[in-house]
Amino acid sequence: MSWFLPYPLLSAALLALWLLLNQSVSPGHLVLGSVLAVLASWAMAALRPEKPRIRRPGAALRLAGMVLIDILRSNLAVGRIIVRSREPGVNAGFLTIPLDLRDRQGLAVLSVIITSTPGTIWVSYDAAKGTLLLHVLDLIDETVWVRTIKDRYERRLMEIFE
Amino acid sequence: MNAAGTLPAWAALLTALFVLIGAAVTLIGSLGLLRLGTFYKRVHAPTLGTTLGMVSILAGSVLCFSVLEARPVVHEILIAVFVTLTTPVTLMLLVRAALYRDRTEGSTDVPAAEVAEDLIPPA
Repeated sequence: MSWFLPYPLLSAALLALWLLLNQSVSPGHLVLGSVLAVLASWAMAALRPEKPRIRRPGAALRLAGMVLIDILRSNLAVGRIIVRSREPGVNAGFLTIPLDLRDRQGLAVLSVIITSTPGTIWVSYDAAKGTLLLHVLDLIDETVWVRTIKDRYERRLMEIFE
Repeated sequence: MNAAGTLPAWAALLTALFVLIGAAVTLIGSLGLLRLGTFYKRVHAPTLGTTLGMVSILAGSVLCFSVLEARPVVHEILIAVFVTLTTPVTLMLLVRAALYRDRTEGSTDVPAAEVAEDLIPPA
């Protein structure tokens, strides 16, 4: 099975992408999409990337839901800062957070979460020290932000990937 | 467009509401680009348009075309997935480039590089 489908999740995602693009679940598209998905996963295998292991899919779904709500809330927060505040962004600043998460996939997901949430941006990660540099638009209390990133996201990502 | 005339009133209203919310959120994000002072602050503003703004406009599109064609039209999800996966990459690239520039210019507004290697451009 592993020689035929080296990356089952990738193949499934590509098949879903094909069916959505064609807006059809007809047998013809199912066959064509499956063939393309398997061929693409072989091409991917030639690159030999690290294989991500999602240990707890349930936790991943819960995290995704939480991130959606957080993005909605920070949209409102950042919108309020831009429209209401007389001098927007006076509290902006850089913030360094020590991370315990070491898994590369986990860090990649964390960077997407942090950057796509309005108000926080991933600036750089020091792999040797395991510290993360962020820029935050509304940096009033550093400890609150550190606790948010570590407790809400990092702990759950470690459960999922490590 | 003739198709809009066949849309039932409730769907037309909801679609208009979604598109209006999305446009308003994106406008506020663009306003942020104008009002915020420094580069690092400005990078935060357009993320409004790429998250809530995008999702809201796509929701309007899904609703409008699902009702018009009387079948679920959901391939807009792909736009959401690809925008969400690609914008962070661009934003991080821009921020890192700005940080690199500020550090080489010796600016005191940004945290200093902790290791000297950070300042040497990759070969």
